[in-house]
Amino acid sequence: MRSDLPGPQHEWLDDDAGPVVRPYTLTGGRVRPSVDGFDLVAYVLATPDPDLAAYPELHPEHRLLVELAGQGTPVVELAADLDLAVGVVRVLLGDLLSRGLVAVHQPPRATYLPDNDILKAVVHGLRAL
Amino acid sequence: MDSVRYDGERRGHRVPIALKILIAGGFGAGKTTLVSALSEVRPLQTEEILTGAGVDTDDVSGVETKSTTTVAMDFGRITINDDLQLYLFGTPGQDRFWFLWDELAFGALGAVVLADTRRLADCFPSIDYFEQRGIPFVVGVNCFDGSRRFSLEAVRRALDLDPGVPMVLCDARDRQSGKTVLISLVEHVARQRGEPVPAA
Repeated sequence: MRSDLPGPQHEWLDDDAGPVVRPYTLTGGRVRPSVDGFDLVAYVLATPDPDLAAYPELHPEHRLLVELAGQGTPVVELAADLDLAVGVVRVLLGDLLSRGLVAVHQPPRATYLPDNDILKAVVHGLRAL
Repeated sequence: MDSVRYDGERRGHRVPIALKILIAGGFGAGKTTLVSALSEVRPLQTEEILTGAGVDTDDVSGVETKSTTTVAMDFGRITINDDLQLYLFGTPGQDRFWFLWDELAFGALGAVVLADTRRLADCFPSIDYFEQRGIPFVVGVNCFDGSRRFSLEAVRRALDLDPGVPMVLCDARDRQSGKTVLISLVEHVARQRGEPVPAA
């Protein structure tokens, strides 16, 4: 049990700090992923038959992410499914990427869309909804 | 070497293209309502964490600032086909979350700015934002009960909109109406590229 009350050296323990400190305990305090490039709509695809047992250091949330990404899922949906902040999910995904457990596919920038047929398909798709 | 891939294929597994569309406008203009009306799934929500210190540092061990908060992001999804999905993101209402706008706008196809004629000035910052960054947008004039006191032309003049920017009346609660707004946005984007989409 803690006997020392939150004092000046523990200011981050007050109520206001709650929403910040708690989510990032999961990442060991890291707020940046080891790799950049996780766009909100980047698709995360788990490696087929990932050997998660080889990585005992991973948290349950890491394992859930691998499971959810089995069929390919955008970053923002993973965050919503896990009820975690996007920033936290990015850090966890960085851990998985560096272990080769997931691959990440960036969306095309809209300014470099490969062809205008995509826009036609969007309009036609919307009309048909 | 870790890598983030840009290709659309991996071992025969096709990865859909996800396009981002932003739904912007002032507080209470109907952004969340529109995302809900259009999304094929219950509107989802996630959070981004904003810390004064987090912007420049790599850990939160030294966070003693009180300027910490979480910013909720509403988003919805529309599946066009197996290869194509639209993601709609409601932008955070307050100006202090501009940093999140930059992330949302990065690579976005375009934006819908919802205007509430009772508080027209509330959407000025959104319009400025997209104009300055050259992001295509349309203005959806959300028809609140008893609020249609202005013609579209009067609203366009009040907003000082470029003549090329489409304006549409809409009801953010209505899916068909929301669809019309999105279609006018995508058509606008296509026109800007010089490849207009033929009418149905």
